Amino acid sequence: MDPAFLAVQALSGLSSASSLFITACGLTIVFGVTRIVNFAHGSLYMIGAYTAATLVPQLLELSFGPVTFWAGILASAIIVGLIGVIIEVLLLRRIYGAPELFQLLATFGIVLVVQDLVVQVFGPQDILGPRAPGLRAPVEILGRRFPSYELVLIAAGPIVLGLVWLLLRKTRFGVLVRAATQDRDMVASLGVNQALLFTGTLFLGAFLAGLGGALQIPRVSANTGMDLSIIAEAFVVTVVGGMGSVPGAFLAALVIGQLQAFGILIFPKSTLVVVFLLMAVVLAIRPHGFFGRAEIIGGSHAVGIASRSPLPGRGFILLVVIGILAAFPLAADAYLLKVATEILIFALFAFSLQLLIGVGGVVSFGHAAFFGLGAYGAALGVKWYGVSMEAALPLGLALAALGAGLVGAFVVRLSGIYLAMMTLAAAQILYAVAFQWVEVTGGDNGIVGVWPSSWASGPIPYYLLTAALTVVTVLLLKRIIEAPFGYALRAARDSEARAEAIGLKVRQHRWLAFMIAGAAAGLAGGLYAFSRGSVDPSLLGISTSVDALTMLLLGGIQTVMGPLVGAAALHGLRDWIMPLTSLWRLLLGLSIIAMVLIFPRGLVGTVRDWWGARA
Amino acid sequence: MNAPILEVWNLCAFYGRAQVLFDLTFRLQAGEVMALVGRNGAGKTTTLKAIMGLVSASARQATFKGHSLGRLPTYKIARLGLGYVPEDRRIFTDLTVEENLETGRRPAPAGRSPWTPERLFRLFPNLAEMRGRRGSQMSGGEQQMLAIARTLMGNPDAILLDEPSEGIAPVIVQMMAEAIRAMKAEGVAVLLSEQNWAFAAGISDRACVIERGEIRFQGSMAELMANEALRADTLGV
Repeated sequence: MDPAFLAVQALSGLSSASSLFITACGLTIVFGVTRIVNFAHGSLYMIGAYTAATLVPQLLELSFGPVTFWAGILASAIIVGLIGVIIEVLLLRRIYGAPELFQLLATFGIVLVVQDLVVQVFGPQDILGPRAPGLRAPVEILGRRFPSYELVLIAAGPIVLGLVWLLLRKTRFGVLVRAATQDRDMVASLGVNQALLFTGTLFLGAFLAGLGGALQIPRVSANTGMDLSIIAEAFVVTVVGGMGSVPGAFLAALVIGQLQAFGILIFPKSTLVVVFLLMAVVLAIRPHGFFGRAEIIGGSHAVGIASRSPLPGRGFILLVVIGILAAFPLAADAYLLKVATEILIFALFAFSLQLLIGVGGVVSFGHAAFFGLGAYGAALGVKWYGVSMEAALPLGLALAALGAGLVGAFVVRLSGIYLAMMTLAAAQILYAVAFQWVEVTGGDNGIVGVWPSSWASGPIPYYLLTAALTVVTVLLLKRIIEAPFGYALRAARDSEARAEAIGLKVRQHRWLAFMIAGAAAGLAGGLYAFSRGSVDPSLLGISTSVDALTMLLLGGIQTVMGPLVGAAALHGLRDWIMPLTSLWRLLLGLSIIAMVLIFPRGLVGTVRDWWGARA
Repeated sequence: MNAPILEVWNLCAFYGRAQVLFDLTFRLQAGEVMALVGRNGAGKTTTLKAIMGLVSASARQATFKGHSLGRLPTYKIARLGLGYVPEDRRIFTDLTVEENLETGRRPAPAGRSPWTPERLFRLFPNLAEMRGRRGSQMSGGEQQMLAIARTLMGNPDAILLDEPSEGIAPVIVQMMAEAIRAMKAEGVAVLLSEQNWAFAAGISDRACVIERGEIRFQGSMAELMANEALRADTLGV
């Protein structure tokens, strides 16, 4: 191959590594000190890009020149840093001690809020930023033209690394930050105001996110999809580098930058897949990344179902519920039946996640992977092999179980935040495959024409089919939760060491749980595909995973029936409110945050507490 | 020497629903060394933690130098001049000796000569030879010295010292005793939690015996030495 081409390719890999490092470095520092994986870091990056793309041209109107340009970039980063401070004071400070699932969900709530706010503040159009004065002409490298701005970016990464290193090694703030990374209570016992230290850390982290975003404006226009795409990559960088390690993030960014630059030559469309595969391989070999350490695994994750005496007359209640479900078509119109069908499907999906999180303590952040696999398995069966619904549903279920077995084999070795990130990565890989493998999956358009067999088509028969399958599967899962297998999972959730010491094969149990949960989610996905007649990549996306988590949170993680109530509540609210407002995501985000702060035990848990306090 | 520097009334603490401390009331005089002695699990460590505000479910009335500790956050309690050295030492293992000392640095009250790394290195000569070494590469005894030195960097008027002799070599235990005497000579009051009776008896002016979360005895060390029946019953010595 042409050496000039390779050189240019390597250089562009370096420049994207630099940009990625600057952003990811902020994420890893914030995690190191607060132990919170800040989903909103990508949102801060996006705000940085929007702010710079709006602010810098106005400054350049006043006085055109490189100094103005760079001052504008810096000012944008400082503004974002201050937004980070606001987020810390209003939200993060209240959840430092919360289980990591709640932390992830709450910061994802910020992501949703910011998505709507950005459109409100900056408008729905992408904003193309100005080019940097003095850096407009490309330079020649081995006879090829290379943008000179990219060279500046290449230098920016190491400069930021150096400055951050000096800050952390040579200042009192840095010493205290590193001490707090290890032992917050001890730092407080020495008279250090942690609150101030954490606020300072959030400023630094948000500043770096804002800087990363602001530096992009001459390369890409600010757009509303920036937050989730950068956060996925930044997660990979921090996880591969080792959570909390700045040099690790730098090394990981370098590797990933080159992998993307050259991976594009081998797999032209699947750079995302390559990046996430790297993460899977690194975590399989080094479960804590390049420079991460075992003790830094994030907050507690043992929240879940506890034993309680069975409700009196539960058999009767079950019969009543089945009766109501069966009689529902008599009272409902086609629209209501469609809503009810979807609620049942999502209830099954959320319930399958409950087996992992509530029972197993396995905080999966990518459960959509198996929902999507079930849906795509069924749809691909219909499209490519012309099978009927009766064969396609088991096909989807089997594909999901197989996928869960594969992902689970990697995942059960991990714990805490690494596990959450790994499951997220798995879902993102599948999302990328569905999105980029257009010939088979139809890409962004997905697959259409996935209709049920004639006996099950029409709102009433399909509703009844869904209700029957959901009830049977939920009862089966409930049986599993209350069997010795479920007890073993709970034992491992509450204390892995003790569970192993009494002879439980914790990893095997978790692996099996992963496959069962994946299969159930796959069934839900298949049912969903046939209910809508189509599938698309969004079924595998982060927001589908978060939907399931929100349903769990809304219903109550500590209860068996919580996810069913949560699915009904979330879906019902969405159908009711979404047509009324364009700010649905803002409302949803605020609701998630409010749930975490005010009702962490969910609807069912809160009602039960209230009932228990009365009795 | 008779003014109380730390007074605690009716200290109670809970782990979940289990009550582990029952209405402890005691005082520490300025400049004295008082030993909190009792069997393993008696509640000595919890007492010190609760004073520092590190036990979430605790109820207490306490004053330090006349300031009510009330619901003060831990860092504010430390800033009043009350140092704390936890039993597991909790050295920052990623930080060097000098950096560990830096984390504890707080200005000295007016008119007192502050503790500096140099002064502390004279008190703990072993540390002087390993200024640049990371906490993770130090022995238990060295970590214990560093933990005490780190707290002294805050120029406290009193120190809560949890099990300084636990798990370290006898020769270093001897150095610990020297260090506590040196602190006392500087006017720093020490509330010492100890299981090592000989160590506690050798350096303390007064003692407080805790059994199952309740105070069984409070008085001078000489008195406790004389009361063999009580010692045999509560301490087994």
